[in-house]
Amino acid sequence: MNKLMSKADFPVFEKYPSLAYLDNAATTQKPRQVLEAVDRYYREENANPLRGLYGLSVAATEAYENAREKVRTFIGAKSTREIVFTRNATESLNLAAHSLGRVFVSEGDEVLVAISEHHSDMLPWQGLAEERGAEISYLECSEEGEYTVEALEKALTPKTKIFAIAQISNVYGRVNPIKEMAKVCHHNGTLLVCDGAQSVPHIAVDVQELGADILVFSGHKMLAPMGIGVLYGRQELLEKMPPFLTGGEMIETVTLCGATYAELPHKFEAGTVNAGGAVGLGAAIDYINEIGFENIERREAELTALAFEQMKDIPYVHIIGSEKAQEHCGIITFTVEGVHPHDIAALMDMEGVAVRAGHHCAQPLHHFIGIPSTARMSLAFYNDEQDVEKFITALKGLRRKMGYGE
Amino acid sequence: MENELYGQVLLDHNMHPFHKHELEGATCSHEGINPSCGDDIVLKLTVKDGVVTDGAFQGSGCAISQASADIMLELVIGRSVEEALHLKDLFSKMIEGTITDEELEELDEAGALQNVSHMPARVKCAMLGWRTLETLLKEDE
Repeated sequence: MNKLMSKADFPVFEKYPSLAYLDNAATTQKPRQVLEAVDRYYREENANPLRGLYGLSVAATEAYENAREKVRTFIGAKSTREIVFTRNATESLNLAAHSLGRVFVSEGDEVLVAISEHHSDMLPWQGLAEERGAEISYLECSEEGEYTVEALEKALTPKTKIFAIAQISNVYGRVNPIKEMAKVCHHNGTLLVCDGAQSVPHIAVDVQELGADILVFSGHKMLAPMGIGVLYGRQELLEKMPPFLTGGEMIETVTLCGATYAELPHKFEAGTVNAGGAVGLGAAIDYINEIGFENIERREAELTALAFEQMKDIPYVHIIGSEKAQEHCGIITFTVEGVHPHDIAALMDMEGVAVRAGHHCAQPLHHFIGIPSTARMSLAFYNDEQDVEKFITALKGLRRKMGYGE
Repeated sequence: MENELYGQVLLDHNMHPFHKHELEGATCSHEGINPSCGDDIVLKLTVKDGVVTDGAFQGSGCAISQASADIMLELVIGRSVEEALHLKDLFSKMIEGTITDEELEELDEAGALQNVSHMPARVKCAMLGWRTLETLLKEDE
């Protein structure tokens, strides 16, 4: 097995060698290459980027802008002007709703949001709709978590200005047909905002092929430190959008009456930026590229199938979403009859298995499917067969531990 | 630590809650919710002349929230409102980790939830019933 496809590079597993960490959809662990890159930046290149006229600040700026170039190549954007660094996908989506909304959404317009969206891709749109006097409506999926292009076509009206949907839902793990959806949206004069928080770390994404107008993701879900995220937007779109946050380093000139704003992407990066985080994200991208998405996708699919096929055979375990393992992309959300998800997570923790429980920040979806909360296991390429086996063993022992006969 | 938490007392009250049912003739009721967990209970009490003569709960939630509510009702039924509120204070002290051994004895089976004090994520599950009880009794006053 490829050395990079193991836990060997992840120091957290030196401290917790037997931990089956299966909460990668919440955040991934960090390889030493990323930690070292951040450390090196602060030891050797740190100054306030984009400002100073001295050597060290130039080095900091270069480190920061190199990271931007790595992100550009990673997602296939045309220009680094299209890559805006933010804190995380949530901030990116707030930027999108706030800034895009002000320009493109007026009273009486409509915003369409997929019902399975994470709160971070729902609340900003709700806020926008309220602020602009627009209508918000929701696109429903099937019980299997499937969204069809036909259903989208029906839901779009001449007034729909924005459609927001994740490429992969953090509950279903299913890949949505963004490319086809983008075509339908553009035909209707609708912009497509895509949450890539769960997709960009796990499958190869090329923004030009995808066709989304905006794509956002978080660094911390793809091996990078917390506090660095990305908003990709088509340049001509970003140019039309007003700044989100205002302040330092995003202006050209400021007078007592106002300001002219800096060029893209700096217009959207007010204040001192997270250069260390960006450098860490750059190192994470190098790490991922070295393994290659072909290998990542194959390995994660293998592990998903290994868990899924065994879970399917346990009569009291119910999997949310598709009945096919390949439609789960490393995310398996489930319930266990008679055991509350919080008890599932607590009991699994006792066995050294880390899973998430609750509504996974997708409360409207849980209402929609009529289940108040669920448990979720989510994989990354560095997980292994032992992690899955530990999880399955813990899963099979749950009901006995709660006092049931089996 | 958690092994001790999911002990026999808690499991019994979760699997076979004695006080989880509809309550005819209740004089007051209140819904308690932990929005982030989805724990949701409706607590009903019959309070006569300052005494909790009967009580029951319904709803859904994790084993900690359900067992805690059931144990609570076991403790407070037959007590005065003041005594019930006193027990609530003791329970809070236990969860905060400031309870004395003597006070712990007063809590009887509720002492089975003592280990929750080491598990911040589960505190609100254990407190749900008691929090709802306090609101109910103070509103009823």
